[in-house]
Amino acid sequence: MSDQTNDSEYKESAVVKFLRATEVDTRMLGMIAALVLIWVGFHLYGEFVLGRGSFLTPRNLWNLSVQTSSIAVMATGMVLIIVTRHIDLSVGSLLGVTAMLMGVLQVWVLPQYLGLGHPMIWIITVLAGIAFGATIGAFHGFLIAYLGIPAFIVTLGGLLFWRGSAWWVARGETIQPVDTTFALIGGGPYGTVGALGSWIFGIVVCAAIVMALVSGRKSRIRFGFPLRPMWAEYLIGGVGMAVTLGAVLLMNSYPWPKGIVRKYAAANNITVPDEGLFISHGFAIPVLVALTVGLAMTFLATRTRFGRYVFAIGGNPEAAELAGINTKKMTLMIFALMGALTGISATIASARLNAATNALGSLDELFVIAAAVIGGTSFAGGIGTIYGAILGALVMQSLQSGMVLVGFDAAIQQMVVGGVLVTAVYVDTLYRKSSV
Amino acid sequence: MAKKAKTPSADPHAGKTPLVEMRDISIAFGGIKAVDHASCDLHAGEVVALLGHNGAGKSTLIKILSGAYTRDSGQIYVEGSEATITNPRQAKDYGIETIYQTLALADNVDAAANLYLGRELLTPWRTLDDSAMEAETRKVMGRLNPNFTRFKDPVKQLSGGQRQSVAIARAIHFNARILIMDEPTAALGPAETKQVGELTHQLKEEGIGIFLISHDIEDVFDLADRVVVMKNGAIVGSAQTGDVTKDEVLGMIILGKCPPGAIPGPGALAA
Repeated sequence: MSDQTNDSEYKESAVVKFLRATEVDTRMLGMIAALVLIWVGFHLYGEFVLGRGSFLTPRNLWNLSVQTSSIAVMATGMVLIIVTRHIDLSVGSLLGVTAMLMGVLQVWVLPQYLGLGHPMIWIITVLAGIAFGATIGAFHGFLIAYLGIPAFIVTLGGLLFWRGSAWWVARGETIQPVDTTFALIGGGPYGTVGALGSWIFGIVVCAAIVMALVSGRKSRIRFGFPLRPMWAEYLIGGVGMAVTLGAVLLMNSYPWPKGIVRKYAAANNITVPDEGLFISHGFAIPVLVALTVGLAMTFLATRTRFGRYVFAIGGNPEAAELAGINTKKMTLMIFALMGALTGISATIASARLNAATNALGSLDELFVIAAAVIGGTSFAGGIGTIYGAILGALVMQSLQSGMVLVGFDAAIQQMVVGGVLVTAVYVDTLYRKSSV
Repeated sequence: MAKKAKTPSADPHAGKTPLVEMRDISIAFGGIKAVDHASCDLHAGEVVALLGHNGAGKSTLIKILSGAYTRDSGQIYVEGSEATITNPRQAKDYGIETIYQTLALADNVDAAANLYLGRELLTPWRTLDDSAMEAETRKVMGRLNPNFTRFKDPVKQLSGGQRQSVAIARAIHFNARILIMDEPTAALGPAETKQVGELTHQLKEEGIGIFLISHDIEDVFDLADRVVVMKNGAIVGSAQTGDVTKDEVLGMIILGKCPPGAIPGPGALAA
């Protein structure tokens, strides 16, 4: 049992030294590079081929952030599913039926008892949606864990079953408009936190970054573990804060459209000066929801027993079982969690559309799975990160909306998305071969 | 041809309550009786080797003790009182720890996470106390394998010996009273095998009872006080290692023939 690490035997290059000091995930750097490439590529394509680059504009990036939210929320759950060597093909359909039920509840049912526009309507609706999603997810998990039906089959059945149910809930009717408070969760000019709110959010995040770094360093000192060099701590903190504040500036530089400003001014007795009023959007509410979910899921995955068990099961299901982990119950809970997150996504998606339709969420399962996989979740199990999946969702959505922006037709969009998914998994395979 | 019949020597543990006693254990998998009314016991500070061919039922019997399988019938007694063991968690509560042949490590997480798998240390806020777990792991590994330095790496990246020491550390860190070692040296080189032998002696001194499953008859005679041989799911017999020769033990394994120095069980070839 003798083995000395051979770190000292070879001279590390500057890059390796830098990565080791900062403890930055090389994968994440690769993903950020891919993202930058996509963004700049679409912008330049627009600039030179169409004569007008519109990708790297506050307006497009703001829209991109909103479009990504729904997929990102579900992708965080899909990470845990794939990490435990399962799959969930039903999330798009489950989103559809959940959105329909929430639509019926808030438009047809609750106003009868509470009156139209009652402030409790959106709260009851959202909670009911999340509870419904969690229940269906738990049911899927039960079939998989306790009856031993493979997840692929259960959720493939779910894909058809819940899409059919979504139609059946209201015989295919589109239910609109949704409750006005509920609609804010989908974004839109009113569904934002404005310039001041965004600054407050940004500053809170910066403070959290500093606190996390300080407390991390303190606990390493307490146990006498190796420390990052000070310059690396400053660099990480600096980059983190710069990105946060940059995002705030970006979101705040996208103003409300003139029509909305006029309406708003009229309603609040403000006179609009000739040069127009600059009212910032700031962060959209769905983006904040997605970030909150991402943070909570990261906490769950890395700081709790539940998360530790998820990864242990993914790494070696038999070992997890022998260590006394109730793997069946874990599977049920993981699928229930996926369902609950789908409920949140259904809220965002139907609120954004201001309507519930039975087609809502079609093909979302593919985007969600792609997001998780592009974000580094391995189908072999045991490996994956929440932030990776969120970045993956951003990559997928950037591709999708970039193609719309430069005018690729729907057929080509599908071909590109399919090709990217397969390529991403291939790159992942290569990466794993070289790193282990 | 007739030799002077050797009789089993007196049981050194006579009159003492065994640390663990499995009585009349049976389990069947789809019509195949993997373990058929098997009984065996283990005393404090004793090393009992379980021997038998592949498929003789020794691993299955031991997995019933460690909670990985639930028996169809029979009882398990720990220090004289009947124990309920239907899952690994319960076995661990009785101080029964197992080092599996496959090591049963989650390859994608680090040594500390494996050491504490299922028994994580938590902070007052119910979150994982990774720093405390790593600090403890550094202490344990420092005793067991001072050369071990790769605390941050997933165990997949460790050598066979290092992985073995993580599995051993996990089994002995939580005050095991009964230790099950399933082919502990199968994947190890000579130096590491010797180390496992030393560890076995040390644990024995501390009064831990050890079930050893091994194919290596040399190993068994070096380490074990007693052998229990299984064939076709049944116990052929048990013997103090001093009362039988290696050839006789091989005869028990291969033919099910019980030598005079052994106490025959239900699986012994009729004389």
